[in-house]
Amino acid sequence: MASALLSAQKLPLRCIVPKVLMRGNHVVGEAAVRAGCRFYFGYPITPQNEVPEYMSERLSKVEGGVFIQAESEVASIHMVIGASMAGGRAMTSSSGPGISLKQEGISFLSALELPAVIVNMSRGGPGLGNIAPSQSDYFQATRGGGHGDYRNIVLAPNSCQELADLTYEAFNLADKYRTPVIILGDGMLGQMMEPVELPPEVQIKKLPHKDWTLTGAKGRPSRFLRSLILDPFEEEEHNWKLMRKYERITKEEVRWETSFADDSKLMVVAFGIAARIAKGAIKRLRDEGMKIGIIRPISLWPFPYKAIKELTKKVKHFFVFEMNMGQMLEDVKLALEGNGEVHFYGRPGGIILTPLEVSRVISSYYYQKRLG
Amino acid sequence: MLIKTVFSGFGGQGVIMMGYLLATAGMYEEKNVTCLPSYGAEVRGGTANCTVVISTEEIASPVASEPEFAVLMNNPSLFRFQNQVQSGGTIFLNSSMIESRPIRGDLEIYEVPVNDLAKKLSGNKGSNIIMLGAFIKKTGVVSFETMTHALKEIFGAKNPSIFKSNKAALQLGYDYLD
Repeated sequence: MASALLSAQKLPLRCIVPKVLMRGNHVVGEAAVRAGCRFYFGYPITPQNEVPEYMSERLSKVEGGVFIQAESEVASIHMVIGASMAGGRAMTSSSGPGISLKQEGISFLSALELPAVIVNMSRGGPGLGNIAPSQSDYFQATRGGGHGDYRNIVLAPNSCQELADLTYEAFNLADKYRTPVIILGDGMLGQMMEPVELPPEVQIKKLPHKDWTLTGAKGRPSRFLRSLILDPFEEEEHNWKLMRKYERITKEEVRWETSFADDSKLMVVAFGIAARIAKGAIKRLRDEGMKIGIIRPISLWPFPYKAIKELTKKVKHFFVFEMNMGQMLEDVKLALEGNGEVHFYGRPGGIILTPLEVSRVISSYYYQKRLG
Repeated sequence: MLIKTVFSGFGGQGVIMMGYLLATAGMYEEKNVTCLPSYGAEVRGGTANCTVVISTEEIASPVASEPEFAVLMNNPSLFRFQNQVQSGGTIFLNSSMIESRPIRGDLEIYEVPVNDLAKKLSGNKGSNIIMLGAFIKKTGVVSFETMTHALKEIFGAKNPSIFKSNKAALQLGYDYLD
């Protein structure tokens, strides 16, 4: 299938619309290569196997492309560290259990201030769990599963198009802030196919110059990248430096989307694929005259706290819907700061609700609270 | 307009390709489409299925709980999906391989003996495309011309002769049902 899709990339020139029908996992790979990613290191795990499958073929056809199927997840994330130190745009991808193994490397990337993109097509957990789509990795992604005082930018797309756009953007964000960026998808997003308008290919030579890379010290003073800082005062200063960077990110990079917010008496909060399903449910309920809207955090860290707080001026009831047992729920509660009433509904374990089922749950809450 | 179709059969019968082709053709007609291939821990010869949603509006979920159409290529598929199809929906069944018939009376049923029809073609191949021809004839989800275009883009780029034989299969299925 990968080769069929590789040849399908020529399609935009000939077909009626400049779009290609692509599977989410292939979209990640193609968008990454177009963003200038030349280093991919991974280890197989369902449901993201099509990412390494695609990259193995695609990178072999690009100048300077390196694909390595590492001996383990731990090795692959450390190969990302190496490539990133040398100045390349590097990516790795995995799913739940594999991302757990990569946490050490993510902590090191954060400490060393190295740009990297890490894709998690999450699945049912904990443990090996299953291979069905789930959102149970929210805490791991936003709180950092690794050790130390660090934060990562976390982006949660809800369609193949957004997956392409955010993967592309992730490489720019990673370079801009010298920080790892996590794309939090799920098994469904990785597997489903949708028409995608692919972003343009960047020219690597035109990317902003990095003045910190380890590329050989010939003709210049040598540079040093390390995460071991034994002097507590020095380490404190390093932590302050990181913290100032994270503050800048929380000011500049918050992303969210609201629909039907103007006249709503109830706001649904959902991210990723769950938001998409919830939006379908809300459209149904709007047809029946219920005043319900939705806010969808796109950046899970930095979380749109202010945008949600702002809503409490008009809305008193919030309905959080997730495909887990209530993880983003905690951020919503933090955002509300005690204002408004929060109700949660979630299905863990890889269950995918239909818009009809979600609409039943939301409408029963709506009437229970006498909102309509 | 929101039309959900499920294609189901053995691994190897080309059900994923049927879905991929239908979604591609829907995309060419500038509609919103999603295509979700089944993803179980299945080995070769196990069941495979593929759900395609075609809509003029934004698609909320690529999963179809109550599809309008089901294209069933083998017996296990009939047992799995016959009760999920919407009342008033349509089942296309491969009568070369499916002996039993749905017990529901509220469905329209078209029988297409695709494996027998495929014997008329060179190489005895393309039973899935024959079914796809019959499917678009009766549902009109996409036009015959768009589907031919999709076949050309997907198969023709690799090998023109593969496109030719698949086009013949599409025509055979299209002409089979009145």
